[in-house]
Amino acid sequence: MKALEIKNLKKVYRGGFEALKGIDLTVEEGDFYALLGPNGAGKSTTIGIISSLVNKTGGSVKVFGYDLDTQLGDLKRQIGLVPQEFNFNQFETVRQIVVNQAGYYGVPRKLAHERSEKYLSQLGLWDKRDEPARSLSGGMKRRLMIARALLHEPRLLILDEPTAGVDIELRRSMWEYLTKINNEGITIILTTHYLEEAETLCRNIGIIDAGQIIENTSIKRLLAQLSKETFVLDLEQDHPQPKIEGFAHRWKDNNTLEVEVDKNAGLNKVFEQLSAAGVNVLSMRNKANRLEELFVSMVEKGREKGDRSA
Amino acid sequence: MKHMSSNMIALKTIWIKECTRFLRIWIQTLVPPAITMTLYFIIFGSIVGERIGTMSGVGYMEFIVPGLIMMSVITNSYSNVASSFFSAKFQRNIEEMLVSPVPTGAIILGYVGGGVARAMIVAVIVTLVSFLFVDIQIAHFGYVVLTVILTSTLFALGGLLNGVFGKTFDDISIVPTFVLTPLTYLGGVFYSVSLLPDIWQKVSLVNPILYMVNGFRYGFLGQSDVGIATAMAVLIGFNVIFFAGAYYLLEKGIGIRS
Repeated sequence: MKALEIKNLKKVYRGGFEALKGIDLTVEEGDFYALLGPNGAGKSTTIGIISSLVNKTGGSVKVFGYDLDTQLGDLKRQIGLVPQEFNFNQFETVRQIVVNQAGYYGVPRKLAHERSEKYLSQLGLWDKRDEPARSLSGGMKRRLMIARALLHEPRLLILDEPTAGVDIELRRSMWEYLTKINNEGITIILTTHYLEEAETLCRNIGIIDAGQIIENTSIKRLLAQLSKETFVLDLEQDHPQPKIEGFAHRWKDNNTLEVEVDKNAGLNKVFEQLSAAGVNVLSMRNKANRLEELFVSMVEKGREKGDRSA
Repeated sequence: MKHMSSNMIALKTIWIKECTRFLRIWIQTLVPPAITMTLYFIIFGSIVGERIGTMSGVGYMEFIVPGLIMMSVITNSYSNVASSFFSAKFQRNIEEMLVSPVPTGAIILGYVGGGVARAMIVAVIVTLVSFLFVDIQIAHFGYVVLTVILTSTLFALGGLLNGVFGKTFDDISIVPTFVLTPLTYLGGVFYSVSLLPDIWQKVSLVNPILYMVNGFRYGFLGQSDVGIATAMAVLIGFNVIFFAGAYYLLEKGIGIRS
């Protein structure tokens, strides 16, 4: 079953800014889907429309078969939203926030209290249940928004940049939690700036730029499009700088070498030449996140195409 | 049926949240009216009132009690909803409701119910304070309750409309300062409109607060400057118009959705 089905979705804001130019997007039930795009690309507008915070200008949206225009109440019941900005009442306690949210979805108060213990405990906030939200740290506030979105037990969880500004340790623990609930059957859509996040967590990916979907595929297929990768080699000090035949390369300093390697060529010939020159390789890493390189090139290509057709 | 009970839970949740809010900050919401009204009773009722003598056949203190209670009801029901709804917009926690399947009617009734609850509590407090100064009899208890409910509902709806349109905190204080206070003071709280020259009596009749104050005074004293049926009709009419306006705005997402 399709968890989300968007057809020809358009949004023109007052003032004439065209945020979405007719996008199509499908996310299957159980998927872990990433929506990527530069700032202002239309990610948050798309999420805003799905969660009915933004009125669409045209097109259709269905969530688990429920239509946004004709079955709004049922559609909303399927979705849990974790927005980018903190949007809870800072003066209410952690428990009040989650229990009230469940109440808005029609969850009886007793059941909401039971679930609040479950989800606040899972997200490490049970000890803070009677604290006002304003006293929480940034990371705790993010987790509070996740707990709040889960209390009515939605089938689709949408997270708009959930780990922005979150430290690495907390980010990892959030990744683990999201993977766990995805394995339990919740479909997840997230937008992120951290491409590593998309690569680690998600199975499928959509790239949006200037209000258009420029790619909608699996992470695996997307990465298969990479024809070249750049590696950084850390070398032993005090050595000559040999030329590496057959590979584009650049010496960053006396003991750091960047080599561009064709995906099918392999690295053996690089090592052979370095060994022959008596250079000892201490370590090696990817220059940048692979997805990041691809993302940048796709966005650039999309813009060139747009310029030509304009 | 299932959705009906779900909507009732949502309505109850909003109402409890609203009541919890004003009870949590009781020192800002419940104490000030008690203090202000005590001062009114002392200054206008005891000190000035004794020199005035009677108004419409009753002691001045007795005359102003219904008006002062009504003034507290109007101010508190209005400001409760205006500030709570605007804060929810400002802090963006209004989105908690907008993403959920709470029907528009439940959002309105929940917020208005909170404003009415605060107005009722304040009305009881101010009435108790008035008992310290004057031995007042209630002529028609039913009208007292009905007028206070209709008036607080109306001004809670007014506060909601203000919250919907408000873009800054200034916008929330402009209406109470420049519209509500003058209309209340000129609505016959402190005087009988029969004391005014003919022309000003006629002008006063377009002030809706006149009907509320007088409807309430009828409940307390059994007498009023306007007919009780007219007062009730005006109150009900304004309630219907304000509810329809609030429903239309929220349903369309004006001021709350982009």
